[in-house]
Amino acid sequence: MSVVTVQLGQCGNQVAHELLDVVWSDAQKKPSRAASCERFFHHNTHGELVARAVLIDMEPKVINQSLSRAAKCGRWRYGEDSHFSQKQGSGNNWANGYCVHGPRHRDVVEELVRREVERCDRLAGLLAMMSVAGGTGSGVGAYVTQCLRDIYPTSFILNHLTWPYRTGEVIVQNYNSVLTLAHLYQLSDAILVHENDTAHRICSQLLNIKHISFSDVNKVIAHQLGSVLQPALTADSHGVYSRNPLGELVSALACHPEYKLLSMCTIPQMPSSSIAYSTFSWPGLLKHLRQMLISNTKMEEGIDWQVRPPAGSGRSTSLTGSSFNTSLANLLILRGKDVYSAETGGFEDPALYTSWLSSKEAFSLWKSPVSFNKYEKSATLVSNSQALLSPLDDMVGKAWNMFASRAYIHQYMKYGISEEDFLDSFTSLEQVISSYRQLC
Amino acid sequence: MTQSVVVQVGQCGNQVGCRFWDLALREHAHVNKKGLYDEALSSFFRNVDSRKSAGGACGVGGRIQHLKARAVLVDMEEGVVKEILQGPLREVFDSAQLLTDVSGSGNNWAVGHMTYGSAYREQIVDKLRKAAEHCDCLQCFFLIHSMGGGTGSGLGTSVLSLLEEEFPDVCRIVTSIYPSAEDDVITSPYNSILAMRELTEHADCVLPVENQSLVDIVNKIKIMSHSAKPGSVIKRDSTVISGQGGLSGPEKPFDAMNNIVANLLLNITSSARFEGSLNMDLNEIAMNLVPFPRLHYLVPSLTPLYTLADVSVPTRRLDQMFSDAFSKDHQLIRADPKHSLYLACALMVRGNVQVSDLRRNIERLRPSLPFVSWNQEGWKTSLCSVPPVGHSHSLLALANNTCVKPTFMELRERFTKLYRKKAHLHHYLHVEGMEQSFFSEAIDSLSSLIEEYHQLDATKARLIPDAPRLSIAT
Repeated sequence: MSVVTVQLGQCGNQVAHELLDVVWSDAQKKPSRAASCERFFHHNTHGELVARAVLIDMEPKVINQSLSRAAKCGRWRYGEDSHFSQKQGSGNNWANGYCVHGPRHRDVVEELVRREVERCDRLAGLLAMMSVAGGTGSGVGAYVTQCLRDIYPTSFILNHLTWPYRTGEVIVQNYNSVLTLAHLYQLSDAILVHENDTAHRICSQLLNIKHISFSDVNKVIAHQLGSVLQPALTADSHGVYSRNPLGELVSALACHPEYKLLSMCTIPQMPSSSIAYSTFSWPGLLKHLRQMLISNTKMEEGIDWQVRPPAGSGRSTSLTGSSFNTSLANLLILRGKDVYSAETGGFEDPALYTSWLSSKEAFSLWKSPVSFNKYEKSATLVSNSQALLSPLDDMVGKAWNMFASRAYIHQYMKYGISEEDFLDSFTSLEQVISSYRQLC
Repeated sequence: MTQSVVVQVGQCGNQVGCRFWDLALREHAHVNKKGLYDEALSSFFRNVDSRKSAGGACGVGGRIQHLKARAVLVDMEEGVVKEILQGPLREVFDSAQLLTDVSGSGNNWAVGHMTYGSAYREQIVDKLRKAAEHCDCLQCFFLIHSMGGGTGSGLGTSVLSLLEEEFPDVCRIVTSIYPSAEDDVITSPYNSILAMRELTEHADCVLPVENQSLVDIVNKIKIMSHSAKPGSVIKRDSTVISGQGGLSGPEKPFDAMNNIVANLLLNITSSARFEGSLNMDLNEIAMNLVPFPRLHYLVPSLTPLYTLADVSVPTRRLDQMFSDAFSKDHQLIRADPKHSLYLACALMVRGNVQVSDLRRNIERLRPSLPFVSWNQEGWKTSLCSVPPVGHSHSLLALANNTCVKPTFMELRERFTKLYRKKAHLHHYLHVEGMEQSFFSEAIDSLSSLIEEYHQLDATKARLIPDAPRLSIAT
């Protein structure tokens, strides 16, 4: 039941570091500590906690920073030899990452992962963390996922993707995103997505941070991801912490190969100074979370209460006037006090779901009486729904416009990606968009 | 960490280069408190211990012994290089890195490119190879030269095509100083146009800089520092033109202008050398800012030009820095990018600036900047945590913008004025290897480049509909 994290590129390494920090500090002084530590860390010969992680980047600065930061904190550290970096970087070029760096360093990377995997008593699965906008996380990440799929055909491989700000961090981010998603869709068991824009808004509007740095954004993502990956009691785990978290997540949510995009939201999120003055109730939290799901609001502010599920027989594929978010499947994870008294019937309403899965099969519930990260009660919803349809459509549309003028294409062709490859990727993603759009 | 090699050609190239090395040493001295030869230093300097055998190269992590610049200095007359070697920077250069001749190129592109280009080819390749071999991982060649003269323009572009041939995988970023209209070299239009063709064909990106803009900026700063407004005292060492604190003594003429260009180069490489929350390597510059291979002219602008001595820096000042980067007073060529079309734009921020400040300013400025239809959010950003000397933060903007078109058109006009009368043409045609067709091909190359920019400009006013998407059979 151990998870091996494969951290790829600057973003992957930075976010994964925050994730390990969150799971470590959350687990302290809690009954779930042993299970949590076993999942993400192991003890080395000096008795130190070492992360089950492989750090990969094509330039050394970020990894060096990560290693020294972990070593300095004195709480946990990265393995001495669990990292691999080069000097030059991938130049924000997906083709450079996928066609040049990936194959060139394949053996070393596979070896590093193999060592971590063999150290696990029982492998729950691999979590590859990366961004889609740059060159290494996206290109090398796609290539590495392919290799891992070949070597571990029966293990669960989840990809956690960070989508960039819509108003540009990297000019060719849409190309890189399209190529990455198209390739990962066939290889990954499930794709967990976080958007920088959403995390940024959470920082500014819910956490009241004035000068938001990437570190703040990454902490928000890590908090949400941590609330999913910390030990929990599931329907199949029979009273003990689940020994197959990734597998259960995949089987709960990614039940059809055409639908693999998962979004998540966690409530409550507030400045830590306010937590002591707030009281939470399960009915209140669940009501908000349900409406956030239905109206496709990614955070607990500005929720549109007018949106309602369509009445039984009035289902159609038309989108006009309806901003209702249809789900394929939902996973609700509740952590904290009085969790057994929480009433989750609202999420089993068949009106929320597409018609070809019964709501019993579409809805799963995990619980843990242990609180998470200073919040007395917290609820996370991981959904396979139309929530990511709009950003995905936007991304593909922009990339397509750029492709129509053939801008920047020569940079990709230099490394071996042809126009055909682009067209194939566009086709795959249009297919995904079409599938999600027709969920009803 | 990657290394870069600076190749400085001609009088202007060497003078700017000299300022660059001075400021680079100053910057590293400011940041590197322990005297250790770290990765950041190694990107531009070698660490040599002359007591050790076999050339004495020391690896990263040890103490600094002698720093040698990763540079190749080329000039066809001895004056400038000799001056450098007699000045305080003499320790930084090895005699093996220099190539000089005595007679100069007589402001004649053909002499520089053809005569010296072929005569010194072997030697130049040799010196470049040596510099490259000293590098663990060579990422980029920076070529510094002027366009108006003979050596920088002619021999410089010959070196450029050499770099492409011998080191095809290494990025070539060229800083070209364009002559102003009142240039005292009569044949500067010929030299510039002949060199432009080479730049369009062989460079990965070009950072054009106009002398006139540098003069304007220097004057602006001088006015600011002499004005008697209370509270407007400029902080010491903080101007983009100041070279105080470096090795050289009192400033010489042109030093102020050359410092600006030197600062440009320092800021471009800052994110590759120092850490930050959003890094940007040099190969990412070409990747993001060059959508079509020939349109690689990136207009630079630097802010702030100076820092006032107020200790408190309210957020309004930070926003002002972003606004200034797009104003025509801060561009390093005489152009107004706000009224032309942006193909792509890079913002390289240094110092204590967070991603929220960056995003706020992009959102604020975006509506007033016209971007090409297929790149509406064409921003490339980077955050480096180490600020430049004397400032708490700074911004370098590189714009791939059609505002270079008027500059090129003006250059073409000056060329045509001379060429129509065949003035001074015989000086060029006398040189062995030079033919009239070079002129006509060069002007054709420039015309087609101008035409490409023109086509893009034409799309500015029109509302371009989105390309129809692929439709999936359901």
